[in-house]
Amino acid sequence: MAFESLNAFLNMGGYAPYVWPAWGVTLAVLVGGGLQAVAEHRRRLRELRRRQRRAAADAAPREAAPRKAVPRGSHDARA
Amino acid sequence: MWDVVHRLGSPRTFYTIAGRWQPWLWALAALLLGTGSVWALLFAPADYQQGDSFRILYVHVPAAILAQSCFVLMAVAGAIFLVWRIKLADMVATVIAPFGAAMTGVALFSGSVWGVPTWGTWWVWDARLTSMLIQLFLYLGVIALRGAFASRDGGARAASLLTLVGVINIPIIKYSVDWWNTLHQPATFTLTQRPAMPAEMWLPLAVMVLGFYAYFVALTLTRTRSEILRREGRKRWVLELGS
Amino acid sequence: MQPRTSVAGLGPALLATLRRDLTVALRRRGDLVNPPAFFALVITLFPLGISPVPEQLAAIAPGLLWVAALLATQLSLDALFRSDHEDGSLEQLLLAPQPLAALVLAKVAVHWLLTGLPLALMAPLLGLLLSLPSGSYGVLAASLALGSATLGLIGAIGAALTVGLARGSVLLSLLVLPLTIPVLIFGSGAVQAAAMGGDVAPALAMLGAQLALALMLAPWAIAGALRISIHG
Repeated sequence: MAFESLNAFLNMGGYAPYVWPAWGVTLAVLVGGGLQAVAEHRRRLRELRRRQRRAAADAAPREAAPRKAVPRGSHDARA
Repeated sequence: MWDVVHRLGSPRTFYTIAGRWQPWLWALAALLLGTGSVWALLFAPADYQQGDSFRILYVHVPAAILAQSCFVLMAVAGAIFLVWRIKLADMVATVIAPFGAAMTGVALFSGSVWGVPTWGTWWVWDARLTSMLIQLFLYLGVIALRGAFASRDGGARAASLLTLVGVINIPIIKYSVDWWNTLHQPATFTLTQRPAMPAEMWLPLAVMVLGFYAYFVALTLTRTRSEILRREGRKRWVLELGS
Repeated sequence: MQPRTSVAGLGPALLATLRRDLTVALRRRGDLVNPPAFFALVITLFPLGISPVPEQLAAIAPGLLWVAALLATQLSLDALFRSDHEDGSLEQLLLAPQPLAALVLAKVAVHWLLTGLPLALMAPLLGLLLSLPSGSYGVLAASLALGSATLGLIGAIGAALTVGLARGSVLLSLLVLPLTIPVLIFGSGAVQAAAMGGDVAPALAMLGAQLALALMLAPWAIAGALRISIHG
């Protein structure tokens, strides 16, 4: 262990004002990015479910053509 | 062989496989970053010259390395997209760009904070920091160009081409900045150039670098999956995921 | 085997492109004056903004001249393909049977002839205003002549990428300026070396190497970028 006490650790040999912001910002970007990515994925899935329900609701009155309620690829059909 | 490439390049296959791998990669990243951080902050010895300010190295260097590899990966993905028109490659490139820019920003920030105790100022036109700054502009250019196009495909192809031009230029920029730096500041102390580090110093660094890479892969998988949902939201198989 | 007589060879096509671009540019003389005028104007601003003391100006003159020239070439880049895009002749160029990379190279050559070269030729005059040490004027013109050709080639990639965009000109600078840094470093490095009586050969050789590399790779990138911009 390179430090004798918690205070010495927090003090970083006098370099606390430099070491902690550098580490803090880096870890904040990493943690924030991770949380944001997971939240984004959840949000996409939620949206998808909402669209699915709406499509099902649209299709329900007209039992004849349930497929029609599903919009097929429009702008990104190219590739 | 082409069959394999196209199967792997299919968003659907990727979505499933990445979904299976992703929790393990996040766990690996957390483990490596956790161990690396504790090791670097608590157990690694202080530098005889820079004291404990040296511990900034453990976040500065991995961020800088990752920022550079992100650009290269983005260029590889761009080339794959331009040549074979595999849409998945472009999704990956789209997702990497902001992260690479963020890592460049982090490396710049930690570098300039480190500069205060070592050089006495927040900013020195050091060769490494200067190349980093230019790289940040390259990232911003790629992101801005992609956003400026109305059609997604046009923006994707333009951004891929610009990334390829950028990746050819990066070594030239680095070389010329080094040349410029030695011309103007003959004997400055560079942050990370030092005589061989002892093992107790570079081992935690290696763990941190691996941790950053694991994090990058995990983040890219997760964000690419979201991107697939966003772009392919009207495909049948995606809609079936929702139910 | 029967030769395809209906298609003109590469040589005539190149000449035709050169001649056409020169004619079009010379008919719009007003546009031709802009980059040199901008160059001179920016150089006039520096003594006013910094100080008129000759020693101070001389110390920073190489960098100032190079940065101002770099920005002046930027100014004209946006127009490189834009008017051709608007009147549809760019699409004709894309449809031509000759390799697009070669035709595009002719366009860039004309651009250099009408902006880069004049800037290089007038730079010594502006150097005089900034009390640039004597003996470095020739190097200044040579480095600008070499460097502005590379700048034109790199800039044309950006111009081709943004030609289809409504407000491409601001974006163009963001895309192109970072890529021009090596040219700036070696260009002003050569002039600085000349001003201090040092060896100018390494920096000029590097400028030449960059031009060679740009000549080799940039035409393909420009052609690809034009295809992306026109056909989406």
